[in-house]
Amino acid sequence: MDYSWIQIAVAAVFLSVVITLVLSRGYGWLSPTFWRNAAVVSSLIMLFILMWLTFDTTEKVRPGASQVPTWTVINHEIGLVWNEEKRRQVPVVGEQTGFFGKVYSPEEAFALVNKGKMTLQSRNCMECHQILGNGAYYAPDLTRAWLDPWWEERVMPMVGAKTHEEAMKIWLMNPEKYPQGQRRMPNLHFTDEEVTALVAFLKWMSAIDTNGFPPRFGVAQ
Amino acid sequence: MSTFAHRQPGELYESQKLAIWYFVVAVALFGAQIIFGLILAYQYIDPNFLYQKLSFMTNRTVHLNAMIVWLLVGMMGGVYWFLPIETGREVVGIKLAKFIWWVIVAGVTVVVLVYLIVQIGPGTAFTLWFINEGREYIEAPRWADFAIVAWVAVFLFNVVATTLASRRITGLLGVLIFDLVALGALYTAGMHYTVNVTMDQYLWWWVVHLWVEATWEVLVGVVMGWSLMYLLGTPRKLIETWLFLEVALVFGTGILGLGHHYFWIGTPEYWIGLGGFFSALEPLPLVAMVVHAVYDAGAHRLHTINKPAMMWAVTQAFGNFIGAGVWGFMQTLPQVNLYSHGTQLAAAHGHFAFFGAYVGTVMTLVYIAVQNLGKRVQIPLNSKLWPWAWGLLVFGIIGIVASFTISGFAQTMVERAELGSTWYAYIKSYTHPWYTNTHWWRFWMGMLFLLGYVLLVWDLLTIGRKRTANATEGAHD
Repeated sequence: MDYSWIQIAVAAVFLSVVITLVLSRGYGWLSPTFWRNAAVVSSLIMLFILMWLTFDTTEKVRPGASQVPTWTVINHEIGLVWNEEKRRQVPVVGEQTGFFGKVYSPEEAFALVNKGKMTLQSRNCMECHQILGNGAYYAPDLTRAWLDPWWEERVMPMVGAKTHEEAMKIWLMNPEKYPQGQRRMPNLHFTDEEVTALVAFLKWMSAIDTNGFPPRFGVAQ
Repeated sequence: MSTFAHRQPGELYESQKLAIWYFVVAVALFGAQIIFGLILAYQYIDPNFLYQKLSFMTNRTVHLNAMIVWLLVGMMGGVYWFLPIETGREVVGIKLAKFIWWVIVAGVTVVVLVYLIVQIGPGTAFTLWFINEGREYIEAPRWADFAIVAWVAVFLFNVVATTLASRRITGLLGVLIFDLVALGALYTAGMHYTVNVTMDQYLWWWVVHLWVEATWEVLVGVVMGWSLMYLLGTPRKLIETWLFLEVALVFGTGILGLGHHYFWIGTPEYWIGLGGFFSALEPLPLVAMVVHAVYDAGAHRLHTINKPAMMWAVTQAFGNFIGAGVWGFMQTLPQVNLYSHGTQLAAAHGHFAFFGAYVGTVMTLVYIAVQNLGKRVQIPLNSKLWPWAWGLLVFGIIGIVASFTISGFAQTMVERAELGSTWYAYIKSYTHPWYTNTHWWRFWMGMLFLLGYVLLVWDLLTIGRKRTANATEGAHD
């Protein structure tokens, strides 16, 4: 897009005021007509701008475009690096390592992540966790769940898993057996297929560029 | 009696009789919301309480859904209450309205029973259609979404048809129709599934934000406008001018203020600036509403025909400004929100804003309706009990919000700023004494809130009944 947010904001306010004033010639600013015009004009202009930005955003959040990764990112190593220019972390995609010992084709990867998203919704995860910062505040934010050092530092030895994805899988299938802190996740009775897909979804989500949220991930003082 | 008079005391339109049912169900669901809120508050204290039986996620689903339904039902009840007075005739399509109302009551019962008993399902479309959609606030399974859209459509039809039949469109009716079209259309934005979680949340906010921070606020403007005409006899021209100004500001700032939900969900960076700018202006209409309410109340020297309703109307104006405006502004700038987003601070804002903006509105409407029931006509409507109910509810919610605010600050500092937002950081934050100290406090404030609710129900059942006793009391005013 060729316009900055300041240009859009100024144009939106300017157009709302000017069109209202033009339509309301002859009416004082205390008259109902003036404010009726202001209500209709500002609503329509803001709605129009929202529609226009929605088209632009839809393009930019397409998997593989600038913000959101392709489905096959699950086959790769992913991480966060500090971008000094933006002064925030950005996700990076590294070499191909496979996922559960397999390299998924684009179609297979899509099907797996899709199953993971369905599983996420069917188990009502958002009602305790946050997804991209939204949800309840009873359990950890899942935005960067795949990248959490806790899996390797603590969960892998605890459940006796050899790989990162295996640790997530075993833990998610038996959360009541391996409590972390006082609050415990209930057993949501995932099937093997569902939990593999859920881990794939979480890995894919960890590679979304969220403009630096959550801040300073994994950088403890 | 005010200029915006009802028919003969005790004599109701069919539409108003339907409104009474709306209010009864609204108040009952308010009770359910409080009970499930208390269970949640206790689960913060003892995470093992009902663990794996009625887990936090299930209780929270019911807590949220009960709230959304009762507030919407309450406001729709307000429209059914005032519509025949505004148009001077019975509502067109009242039979259809009654029919769909009982369909909705049955539907809500089924949805809640499925939430409580079935809770979760397999990771397939079946679960999304019949058990739970798994998206906060709009968890209702897809079949229920269609029922809700049909319900809003009938409601919209009734308002439009009644307006046409009365051959006169007022500013209030014009705004109401404009708003209901947007409200119904926006709900459909949430009725889809997409694997792309960024796009999912982009449209999810069209329902959640554009309902709560735009179309609901305007609906409040309309029903509170009617309420002030009834309570104080405020002239129509004044009410409508303020309403237009409020719509201009609510939609003018709120539509692009939507951008404050697009800071961190994977959407382009320009939303950070746009969302920050417009959402920072979102308190403006709320300031206007406070000015309006204070002006009206002052201009009439607080002479009202219904004391509890007047108190709730004033509470609404201030509560909306403080809860939605101040607590919202506190965390809306992206530089702050980067750290505070997804913490207990959001819950603090949510509790305060919904109470101020919407509970205040529905309570005003309910007390207006109660005044016109059967033998209860009493002017001014008053009782010894209502100030206690009001006081405990207001004190309770302030205590609850304060506890969320403090645990939110602790979480923001420990989890986000110090420890880097990981699972470990999360555990460190919620076990921090500044956070855990608020648990009990929140629970007991919730108990006071519950006591306020019990007194409220008692008062609604009894106020205005002892006519002679209260008439003497009224004479002293």
